Amino acid sequence: MSEHTGIRGTVWFRALTGQAYPMSGDPDSVLTADALLGEDISRFLCVVRNPHARFPCARDGQVGLEEAYTLATRVREIIEQDKNAIKRPIIAIVDVKSQAYGRREETAAIFLAAAAAADAYGTARLAGHPVITLVVGHALSGGFLTHGYQANRILAFDDDGVMIHAMHKEAAARITRRSVESLEKLGETISPLSYDIRDYAKLGLLHKLLHVDSPDNPSQQEIQHVRDELIAAIEDARNSPVDLSNRLQSKEARETRKASILTRSMLEAQWADEQAN
Amino acid sequence: MSYERDDANSINRQSFIELDARERAKALFDVGTSRELLGPFDRVESPWLSMQGVTPQADDGCVVMKGKISGQAAVVVALEGAFQGGSMGEVSGAKLTAALDLACADNEKGVPTSAVMLLETGGVRLQEANLGLAAIAEIMASILALRKHAPVISVTAGTVGCFGGMSLAAGLSSYIVLTREARLGLNGPEVIEQESGVDEFDSSDRALIWAIHGGEQRYATGLADALVEDDTQQLADVVRQLIAKGVPPVHRSSQVALYRGRIAALDTSRQWEPRELRATWGTSSSVEEKP
Repeated sequence: MSEHTGIRGTVWFRALTGQAYPMSGDPDSVLTADALLGEDISRFLCVVRNPHARFPCARDGQVGLEEAYTLATRVREIIEQDKNAIKRPIIAIVDVKSQAYGRREETAAIFLAAAAAADAYGTARLAGHPVITLVVGHALSGGFLTHGYQANRILAFDDDGVMIHAMHKEAAARITRRSVESLEKLGETISPLSYDIRDYAKLGLLHKLLHVDSPDNPSQQEIQHVRDELIAAIEDARNSPVDLSNRLQSKEARETRKASILTRSMLEAQWADEQAN
Repeated sequence: MSYERDDANSINRQSFIELDARERAKALFDVGTSRELLGPFDRVESPWLSMQGVTPQADDGCVVMKGKISGQAAVVVALEGAFQGGSMGEVSGAKLTAALDLACADNEKGVPTSAVMLLETGGVRLQEANLGLAAIAEIMASILALRKHAPVISVTAGTVGCFGGMSLAAGLSSYIVLTREARLGLNGPEVIEQESGVDEFDSSDRALIWAIHGGEQRYATGLADALVEDDTQQLADVVRQLIAKGVPPVHRSSQVALYRGRIAALDTSRQWEPRELRATWGTSSSVEEKP
């Protein structure tokens, strides 16, 4: 199954925070809540469908201008509040169809809006906030770069309804002049092309795949399991560097991202060489 | 800063757009100070292209050069628009990220080092899909870390433009430099037409494309810090000036309240004539004065 149903964001936001509302003044598409997670009050954020969105191209679970700036606002609020305090965790629950594809969006510089949200998440991480992403559904393309990909740790459900990808299947097939079937076939041997979350896990970018039997309607036990994993990921992030180096250090990354690791080490050696001259 | 066309000088002008990535990068350094790192002879190529019947390139379409600009250490990373549309693959992405990280480490050691990114790219290389997207996320993280210490300057001259995920990298930069031949945006016209229909965006309407994504419009709406001619000398001078300015007091992508307010004030019940935005957005958010 690969259709974007757009219901899981709300389901998991409610399961983990006990509510599912936007904050005052925010669009209905961005849910924000502060809720207890282990010993921390964590800030949870999620982008959901909003059929009444002001921007017509952002009504179906896409991350648009208002969504991006709202995320940026709500993340920066926490950075500001915790300036001289313990850095609270920030949890991004992700089920985004894509970025918003629209003329208004391009005119009003959605590239900057998306950068502003990523800036906020990345700045929070660099300031020492554990930023944890939980992918419960789709995490596509610019939507994921905006909401989720700057996290210290990324968790995802081991489930057919979960998809992390650079471009949805039909568009990728069209642009690379392949059929959807041949694209799927290629993904079986070339893991970065695959739409299967288990193949994505082979890239070494995930902290963990979580098994949940009924992600659309989770039991209390399943919710507790996910909660425990989030708490563990927060702890792990707090005891690790604030950069994204962990994405190259996993067992899977050392296998699949060999070229990245080689590139970095060779460039570093040549960079240092030059300084000796 | 904006530069007028000087037709009397145009004969002596050297086009920047006509240079390839390697020549572009070299042109920005003090003469005789630049050195390419991980060049084509090192042959670190994409491991993913040949298995899909695409011929890889020995530098993966990404040129990294280190040297001095105005006497100070700098790294320039140039994407080659002529190879796979300048798209980001695993290796080209890792080169850019590593260059930014090494510059950041040097700053932390007390060696001021700026970075210039020459972005001619459609974004993720679809033959490397998820590794391209992941590389862009890492590039963005590295820009955020480096720009605390030293300016990170994005230059898009043309003709490819800067699109897709790499437009976010431009958005995170300390300064954005464009020519009139440059385009900058998240989604290209063809993609919008495909996803949202021809009524939303007619990708054959060239005038509309330039009115929205073109360098002149981006500068006039305060979304770029400099608009330059297609002139190598002028472009190198502007890069020097921006490096001399140092890290801006607030980066554009951190000015959330300002831009959120601007979005809230827009009438979304209709499409806009892009020029309308110049009146309200034209007062550049950057510290730049207009000529």
